Amino acid sequence: MLPQFDYARPDTLQDACRLLAANPDAARPLAGGTDLIFDMRLGKKSPALVVDLKCVPGLDEISFDADGAMRLGALVRTRDIELSDRIRQKFSALTDAIDVLASVQIRNRARLGGNLCHASPSADTPPALIALDATVEIAGPDGTRSLPLEAFFTGPGKTVLTAGEVLAAVTVPPVPAGGGSAYIRNTVRKAMDLAIIGVGAMLVLDRDGRCAKAGIGLGAVAPKPLRAHDAEAFLTGKQLDDATIAEAAKLARSIATPISDVRSQADYRADMVEVYTRRTLALALSRAAA
Amino acid sequence: MAKMTMEMSVNGELCEEEAPANITLLDFLRDKLGFSGVKMGCNMGECGACTVLVDGVSVNSCLMLAAEAQGKEVTSIEGLSKGTTLHPLQKAFAEFGGAQCGYCTPGMIVAAKAVLDENPDPSDEEIRFALAGNICRCTGYVKIVEAVQEAAAELRAKGGDHA
Repeated sequence: MLPQFDYARPDTLQDACRLLAANPDAARPLAGGTDLIFDMRLGKKSPALVVDLKCVPGLDEISFDADGAMRLGALVRTRDIELSDRIRQKFSALTDAIDVLASVQIRNRARLGGNLCHASPSADTPPALIALDATVEIAGPDGTRSLPLEAFFTGPGKTVLTAGEVLAAVTVPPVPAGGGSAYIRNTVRKAMDLAIIGVGAMLVLDRDGRCAKAGIGLGAVAPKPLRAHDAEAFLTGKQLDDATIAEAAKLARSIATPISDVRSQADYRADMVEVYTRRTLALALSRAAA
Repeated sequence: MAKMTMEMSVNGELCEEEAPANITLLDFLRDKLGFSGVKMGCNMGECGACTVLVDGVSVNSCLMLAAEAQGKEVTSIEGLSKGTTLHPLQKAFAEFGGAQCGYCTPGMIVAAKAVLDENPDPSDEEIRFALAGNICRCTGYVKIVEAVQEAAAELRAKGGDHA
């Protein structure tokens, strides 16, 4: 049996934040449960109060504004992102990441917000969303705040969320025509595995074929997902070819600080982050040019 | 920790049982409601043996609280057969050798039903991708894919799955 807990199912966001704020060390929010129940089973987490967010209205909507910017409520099921043709076409990096996230059964339960708040350094959605220049919206007892996704994570399993705060949504600016994105990862097994490295990339080309905008996110090579700012700055304004992509991949590698663990070695990860940055940039480029 | 009265529809019948908040849907189905066809494999969402449908979509019942399934429709392997008439998937698994020890089989068949509900004419690759969350130690998966294809053909001929 799981550890004992009380179960609350608030039907407003204020009530959810209030319950979490009132029990700072003892309450945990429940989204899809695929991480929380797993952690409780292994004894890593034992909340005395589980606050089920699934009855709070308005947290599970996928919406697009007139400019094509996307807003994903924190409780959007990863499976619904997977099945969205529009997201697959316009924000391919994100569907690439979700395609390889565990299994259909997990994706039918796992919510995007839960995946982000669990803050695994090797999670697949962060590098993809970081490359897409995503912003997070946080709701708390004192109001809401927003910050870039790469600033949301502070370490393995840790985010900037304080007691009573809940991730409310992720917003992604539109990828214009001439833009493409991708996420590729390396795993030991073909399925149901965690990434040993993962790279998300987004490229926007201007009419001369030069890079107008670049986004590069790295996963599993640091205590938290990284944004490769220097590599992005290097690519911006340049014609993209094998040489410029290779140089950007070197710059991405230079910020990675991978460790050796049960899945892979630090030096292999360091080599592979460069290889996979090249491959992901090449794929994003081919989609941008298409 | 209070006991809750959990109410949900399971295989078409309304079920109501008292249970603690910390019981998983898996344990609730097996221990409280007697649906022992739902199997516990890894108990952590990796093997798929515990797969059931909740409101028509496949889930690992070991990672879901019974409390979260309140008011929903749950379908387990027991819900696929009608009396003594096997579902085409069950028949095909038996005929094609898709089951050996049989332990993964209930979860595999329920997961396969979800695949065919969404995609009545899948390729082998699509079947394998969609069943990535179901592990089988015995068969090597070849016969499982063949059985799913056989069932898919029979269901297409029948005009759909009315289970």
